[in-house]
Amino acid sequence: MTAPAKAKAAPLAELKGDLAVLKEKFGDAVQPAEYEGVVIANGVLVEAARFIRDELGYQYLSSLTAVDYIQEGYFEVVYHAYRLEGGGPLVFKARTPRGVATIPSLVSVWPGADFQEREAWDLMGIRFAGHPNLKRILLWEGFHGHPLRKDWKEPYYEEEHKPFSSRWPSGHHIRAEDRVFWHDNVQYPLDWDPDQAEDTSDEWLYIGMGQFARAETGERVEPKSLRTERLVVNMGPQHPSTHGVFRMVVTLDGETIVRLEPVMGYLHRNHEKIGERNMYLQNMPYTDRLDYICSMSNNLGYAIAVEKLLGIKPPERAEYLRVIMAEFTRIVNHLWAIGFLLNDLGAFFTPALYAIEERELILDLFEEAAGSRMMCNYMRFGGVAYDVSDDWIARAKELVYNRLPRAIEELDRYLTHNELIQSRCQGVGVLPPDLAVAYSTAGPVLRASGIPYDVRRAEPYSIYDRFDFDVAVRYNGDVYDRYLIRIDEMWQSLRILRQALEQIPRGEIQAGKKQYMMRVPAGQAYGRVENPKGELGFYLVSDGSPNPYRYHIRAPSFINLTALNEMCKGHKVADVVVILGSIDIVLGEVDR
Amino acid sequence: MIYGIGILKGLGVTLKHFIESYIEDVRYLFEGGRYQPRHLPARQGPRARGIFTVQYPKEKLPLPENFRYIPFLVYDTQENKIKCTSCGICAKVCPPQCIWIVRGTDPSTGRPRPEPEAFYIDATICMSCGFCAEFCPFDAIKMDHDYELSSYERYESLLFDLPRLLKPDTYHAQIHPSDWARELAEKEAEKAKKREKAAARA
Ligand code: SF4
Ligand code: SF4
Repeated sequence: MTAPAKAKAAPLAELKGDLAVLKEKFGDAVQPAEYEGVVIANGVLVEAARFIRDELGYQYLSSLTAVDYIQEGYFEVVYHAYRLEGGGPLVFKARTPRGVATIPSLVSVWPGADFQEREAWDLMGIRFAGHPNLKRILLWEGFHGHPLRKDWKEPYYEEEHKPFSSRWPSGHHIRAEDRVFWHDNVQYPLDWDPDQAEDTSDEWLYIGMGQFARAETGERVEPKSLRTERLVVNMGPQHPSTHGVFRMVVTLDGETIVRLEPVMGYLHRNHEKIGERNMYLQNMPYTDRLDYICSMSNNLGYAIAVEKLLGIKPPERAEYLRVIMAEFTRIVNHLWAIGFLLNDLGAFFTPALYAIEERELILDLFEEAAGSRMMCNYMRFGGVAYDVSDDWIARAKELVYNRLPRAIEELDRYLTHNELIQSRCQGVGVLPPDLAVAYSTAGPVLRASGIPYDVRRAEPYSIYDRFDFDVAVRYNGDVYDRYLIRIDEMWQSLRILRQALEQIPRGEIQAGKKQYMMRVPAGQAYGRVENPKGELGFYLVSDGSPNPYRYHIRAPSFINLTALNEMCKGHKVADVVVILGSIDIVLGEVDR
Repeated sequence: MIYGIGILKGLGVTLKHFIESYIEDVRYLFEGGRYQPRHLPARQGPRARGIFTVQYPKEKLPLPENFRYIPFLVYDTQENKIKCTSCGICAKVCPPQCIWIVRGTDPSTGRPRPEPEAFYIDATICMSCGFCAEFCPFDAIKMDHDYELSSYERYESLLFDLPRLLKPDTYHAQIHPSDWARELAEKEAEKAKKREKAAARA
């Protein structure tokens, strides 16, 4: 691998505004970082975070991730915090030498850091001192190594970066499986025997929950408090309500939930490592597979992040097409979410099928424009892949003006006042606004709790600042409001679509020449969009080569799950299914 | 308010859906039968009412031109040659790296020759992204519309080699009419340019 040349030449961030205040307060413990933000010394990190949250008003921790600067010999944890009134991020970083790999945990400041720190521990091997429950989250206990470290190699490892030289000009086909499985491609300790490898995740899980442990030895770890008989129920990974392979370990007191712990990673494929092997463009179709209901908006988020690094802007028509696709995607997603929420409530498939009926028509449009119904792969850096015809626009208008309003109105009539739905949903799974912010929830979950935070308004991207629409907000924070807000948001999406379809100009759809291999200037960028499920962020670090040095995804489904325990506590076990349905997760994105 | 009104209203919606599909059936009965192939798109289109099921595999909906599945290589029937020059761009851009190309060499000189000696696409890995077709500078690889690839065996039958991948350009013209028209127009333009140049030289 070539050394990231950036280390020497990288410009230091200017300390203006809030960063200057931070510097003034903490003195030498705060230093400007490369490209953006500040580096805060580990000793004052927690104190500084509290200052950032309470005094500077950056209450919302959007993203937390780690980067392995192997050449320089340290790990860097990057935090992006936002104000709820909108505006740009406050970026701060913490560093630790690779040999030490310990950083103070910020869970005490932002409980929303919980899963994200566990992810950083799991994949990058950074210990977060003071984290209440630091165990692996996507991989299993007993897995050897931390895969996102730059010196870790996956089993079918071929080369550091694509394109692989074995494919051309003398590309004799070799199937990955035919390469020797335990060849020196794989690094494992000499004394390690695969037969002895043991998955101890469950023990750790139950110990963490204060439950019995160590099945083989029978040794019990007694909870300290008064002993009552509590029951542990495993829901999933194969459970019809979990929308995929997702497991919830629920501790019950009678029928009441005392504690719920999500267990995930069954669909984990180390998307981020694949992404760092890929060239920038090659990641585009991979983003389709994150939240596979919303591939168009995933594309948009990634395109925006890379365009930030490249410093280019797509032409007008492409911007409009992007917005049209993204808003259609929102409608698709919310129809799907509502349909399957009703499934979870026991209204088996009739509402879901009514919802999907409309979705099919939108997917027809996607198929015609992009070539695929779900894996759209439609956006390119500085534009979109294909233009649409006038006939396409006409049909989209037909949907937006006639069909979809009728369908949404019908769905509303069908479900909203249904007494059974009301009695199952109202007052269930309440997430108060302060907790919704503290847990870094995003999207409909956050807005149903009374926080009108929408990236399209808070930090407008693409051309959203031109459209007239309201940020939907509901105040009860229960399952019913999370259902209603999706209906509200569909109406707003229709408003945006009407404006966009009327105003769309003719012209180019791609800025400059489309390239498959381009050099992206060295730098760091965090691009975020308001995906139907919440804020989707891409954190990219470029070292100037054709492949991203770091490619991280802030997945809304994943982070929204941090609050699941909080929402379920005290409810009956039957409500778990409904509460999970109201968060609306897609496991492709949770597990990545 | 009386408890249950909401439920009754909801049931009304279900009833409406139920009846609507039959009303449509009757309407299309008068237009020449329920299952006329020409009606399929309309009955699944934005103006349709009620749920209508296409009886796959007996019936199939027409595919849009842009539809992409596994790629195929275009065989130029006019000049009787494979269009691919084995330049390797598609193998480089392919995200899962499932294209394998052996560049052709001239046996007499040992120099590279613009035709692939072997060309593999591992269809088990291909993610149908369409980049190969998008970035091929010679219009030599296109995305197929044939999506029925199921087989009894996972390996050999899904590793597509050159003979399996080659399809005549007439097939390409048939499934991608507007793309084909663009290609022809570009060819014409090039010819015209050449003629102009020749004329200018003369
Ligand atoms: S198919 Fe096209 S891109 Fe691929 S090697 Fe042949 S000419 Fe090059
Ligand atoms: S469609 Fe995509 S994945 Fe398939 S061969 Fe072409 S570039 Fe590769």
